[in-house]
Amino acid sequence: MKKHLRFLIPLALLLVLVLFLGAGLQLDPREVPSPLIGKAAPGFALTRLDQPGTTVRRDDLLGKVWMLNVWASWCVACREEHPLLVAFSRDKLLPIYGLNYKDQRADGMQWLSRFGNPYDVSLFDSDGRVGIDFGVYGVPETFIIDKQGVVRFKQIGPVTPEVIRDKIEPLVRQLNG
Amino acid sequence: MANGTALHCARSGFVLRQPVRWLLAGVLALVFALLLAPAPARALEAAPAADNPELEARMVDITSELRCLVCQNQTIADSHADLAADLRRQVREMLEAGKSRQEIIDYMTARYGDFVLYRPPFKATTALLWLAPALMALGGMLALVLVLRRRSRMADDQFDPDDAEEADLAADKPTY
Repeated sequence: MKKHLRFLIPLALLLVLVLFLGAGLQLDPREVPSPLIGKAAPGFALTRLDQPGTTVRRDDLLGKVWMLNVWASWCVACREEHPLLVAFSRDKLLPIYGLNYKDQRADGMQWLSRFGNPYDVSLFDSDGRVGIDFGVYGVPETFIIDKQGVVRFKQIGPVTPEVIRDKIEPLVRQLNG
Repeated sequence: MANGTALHCARSGFVLRQPVRWLLAGVLALVFALLLAPAPARALEAAPAADNPELEARMVDITSELRCLVCQNQTIADSHADLAADLRRQVREMLEAGKSRQEIIDYMTARYGDFVLYRPPFKATTALLWLAPALMALGGMLALVLVLRRRSRMADDQFDPDDAEEADLAADKPTY
């Protein structure tokens, strides 16, 4: 009994290994958990994309739940995400702020007039420093920030209808609750 | 004669297995040597064309410890990604401002998490990561020791002869 079932040991080990590898394949190594979740959003003072003379600061936004969407005219995935964001902005669930990341003003403006502008305001981060403070590494990225200025959610890469329906909408309702 | 052959057989069994033991000991020694050997010297970077080579060297030293999140298998020092260039600039500026190495590392982990560190800190969530290689090596050695000890207690006739000549001897065929 014991002896002729021995061949099962390597088989069992193999199955365990396959399970681990299979689980590993389901994970996306590009999705790095943000240390910012639950912490205060980094401070910033940036000019508006459309008004180089007007500065917007983080603290101007205290008291409301808002979305920060990092985008750029050179970003292909932003282009994919854009129609969804335009549709979402029509629901007026929360103010959407754009962070125009490492872009040129003219290019950014042109992109918005061509593909539609879902943003209440776009902030112009030409050298990407505010992006670094937000830990941005894969544009587009989307943050939800609560009334106290705390980051509550981060999406790396394009938002999807599922993410909006299952994560963003319930969270915004709860935060505004 | 038959008696003598049996004796010869038993002894040769031992003698022929001796090199196997030496081989095992050699492999183990090699494994230990590799485990204990110091990390190979890091390949030298191309000389930086900066105003301040000393600062540049410190920047490279720090960014070599940091993972580029865009190309995850490269360090910030090596990567050509736009973000890596920005982060090198950031480290350069922080060094110019007199920030310490630890302050810069803290700045990066505050934004990108422990994931940016090629040498993550030892804490509850990373304990398995750090200890797994040692545990696996210990497990392997334990298994090896157990197997060898069991085999050393086994009688000679439980081993297969090593070659045809021995097979003849084991079968007690007379050899001329």
